[in-house]
Order: sequence, then structure tokens, then C-alpha cells
Amino acid sequence: MSTPAPSSPRPLASTAPRGGGLHRFANPGRFLRLTDRLLPWLWGLAAVVLGAGTAWALLFSPPDWQQGETVRIMYVHVPMAWLAMGGYAGLAVASLMSLVWRHPLADIAARELSPAGAMVTALCLATGSLWGRPMWGTWWAWDARMTSVLVLFFLWVGHAALVRAFDEEERGARAGAILALIGAVNLPVIKWSVDWFNTLHQTASVTRIGAPGMHTGMLYPLLVCTIGFTLLFAALVLAQVRAAVMERRLRQGQLAQARRQEGAA
Amino acid sequence: MKLSRKRRRLWIVVLAGLGLGTATALTLTAFQDNLVFFLAPSEIAGKNPGPERAFRLGGLVEAGSLVKDTTADGRPEARFRVTDGPATVPVTYVGVLPDLFREGQGVVTLGKLGPDGQFRASEVLARHDETYMPPEVAAALKRTGHWDPKNGAPPPAASWNTMEPAPARQGS
Repeated sequence: MSTPAPSSPRPLASTAPRGGGLHRFANPGRFLRLTDRLLPWLWGLAAVVLGAGTAWALLFSPPDWQQGETVRIMYVHVPMAWLAMGGYAGLAVASLMSLVWRHPLADIAARELSPAGAMVTALCLATGSLWGRPMWGTWWAWDARMTSVLVLFFLWVGHAALVRAFDEEERGARAGAILALIGAVNLPVIKWSVDWFNTLHQTASVTRIGAPGMHTGMLYPLLVCTIGFTLLFAALVLAQVRAAVMERRLRQGQLAQARRQEGAA
Repeated sequence: MKLSRKRRRLWIVVLAGLGLGTATALTLTAFQDNLVFFLAPSEIAGKNPGPERAFRLGGLVEAGSLVKDTTADGRPEARFRVTDGPATVPVTYVGVLPDLFREGQGVVTLGKLGPDGQFRASEVLARHDETYMPPEVAAALKRTGHWDPKNGAPPPAASWNTMEPAPARQGS
């Protein structure tokens, strides 16, 4: 395999990794064909599930005995928090793929994941702040949970900025992958911050040992909302990755054409 | 045995991850005492913050301890005791309490501990526990004597989280 010129991005289709297992999906051509069929279903399913979940959560679920109607902020806040962390786990996996196996598709996925991840983390922080003011009596507190989620937000934003800061895309991807993997130590810190340290934020209600500390009348709509937001997140990111792959192919095509013309002249 | 380049890169990442994970774990363990958001009443004696230092005191508002008053200039004043079981600290606070402030519920107060043992709070935050319950279920638990919110946490979640809320009575 010849080394590509420093300024041109890694060629996509020609270096499609061979081999079995999950590496098959690292082929950009196959990715485009697969997502072409998958995306309409994903958008549709996201709309249906999110519509049903939102209606259930906002109209047909009970209020909380203490928090009253304010508890409905949970149906956005908790899915955003889970997505912020789950999305970051996805970024870490893509970064590992990029560093170890040098899959070009993993670079693109990581690059397109971070703005979406920053957005859901910002929404998690914003809804948490709006919820904290009436319930706790403060918009913000520097406790371990909130601080570690703020760090997660900075990691997302930092990653998005870092991978775009290099003229040479491959070096940006490499630096971003290292940052993303280092930042992954923050995930267990966020998850268990409420157990390791005493915090203003309450401990986990759903993902804990034993029965969820939440009545099923609220738990089920929360889970439906989570599935809906996750489908929407997946559709958004996949559409972005598709666009980026096609953009790159276009650029490569134009580059090749320009070279041919240069050769002919 | 010669490792392939991919295998070698994987090992480098795994080893770096292990090193970083261990370093983080050690750092967090070392900082665990400094990363507290608040001190519990029974921890105060050991830490002894002194009367000049402001710190956060956290615990449950003791049942039956809340006295609401007004100061001479007409501002609301609250006196209550914060407990974590073994120890209790009396607190005075001038200002409006948050909505979630209730006896038997968690609270975090910022202030100074006077030489008389009174904690003078300048800020009171309500803590919320991890239970989410419809009002009808809470009412049913209280009615049947399974739970008095003034005495703290509700019974194990498995005993109520699938409870069918009684049909809501109109105008209740």
C-alpha cells in the first residue's frame, strides 16, 4: 500500500479493510449502502417512539408526590445524561478503532459524533439547572456529579475543536482519538460520583441494585423517551457520517479529475 | 513471537489505559476526603472546622424540629436540627426555604458553626432522594402506616413501585 500524500485525506474505498467479523462494517461503501436503507426507518421509528414517549411523559404520567409537575423535566434530563455518557462510550470505541486498526470510517464517526455529544451534554446541564433551581434552591453547585458532567461537556467540545484544528485531517483524528480515550476515565467517575462522594445530586434511581426507586408509572415513559431520544441521536449522527463520507468521496473525485487534467495538459 | 503492528498498537492503548485508570483511581481515593460537598453532623467533631470557617453541613431535617419564626425586621427565620443518626446540629437560617425543604428530607446548608454549637446558615439547599412516587401511592403508604415521610426514607422500592395508584378522586 502506498502512503498517501500528506495533504490528501486517507482514500476511502481503496483501503477498505478486508477480513471478517465487525471489521466488515468499516468499509465505507458498505456503510453507505447499509445506512441508505436503514436511515429512513430510523428517522420514522425515532419520530413514532419519541412522539409516543413525550405524550406519555407529559400528559399521561403521574406527578411526583413532592416535586409535583416539575418532575417532568426528568423525561428530558435523564435521557440526555444517558446519551451524553453512552455517546462518549461510542466515541471511545471509535477512537480505539481509529488508533489501533486505522479505520478511516472510525475517524469520520468520531469527528461527527462530538458536536452531537456536546449538544446532548449541554441539554443535560441546562435541564438539570432548570430543575435544580425550583427543587434544590440553586441553579448550580460544584458537587462531584455536576462538576464531572461539566468536564464531560468540555471533553466533547475540546474533541470537536481538536479534530478540526489540523490542516492534515489524519493528525487531527489521531490527536482527537488520544484525547477521547484519556477522557473516557471520566465516565466511571460520573456514574459513581454520587456513591463515592457526598453530593447534592441524588443517587441513581433506575440503574441500581434492586428495584428501581421509581414508580413504574414514571419509569416506563422514561424508558420510552430514552429509546426515542437514542434513535433520534443515532439517526442524526449516522446522517452526518454519511454526509461526511460522501463529501470526502466527492473531494477525492475532484482531486483525481484535476490530476488527470493536469496530466493531459 | 513477533506482534503485528495492529496488535502492538492495541497493547499500547490497553497498557496506557490501565496506567491512566490506576492513576485516576489512586488520585480519587487520595482526594476522597477533600471532594466532599458537605460534612455530616457526626463528621464535624473530627474535622473541627472552627468558628471562622464557612462549610456545608448536610443531613436529614430531624422530625418535629422545625420552628418557623420572623426576625425583628420581619424576615422569615427557620430553626431546625440536622441529623445523620449519631449526631445532631441545631441550625438557624434567616431567609426563604426551598420548596422541597421538609422534615425527614435531606438538606445541605452553608454557614458557620458558632462557639455555642449553633450553626448559622446563610444558604439552605434541599436534597432530593432517589425515589419518585405518584402522590396517590405516597398517600396510600402513609394511610396504611407503611411510611411516615417525617421519619426518613420510604420502604424498599419493590414494595410500592408497581402499586396501582387508587383512582384519583375528583377535587382532591
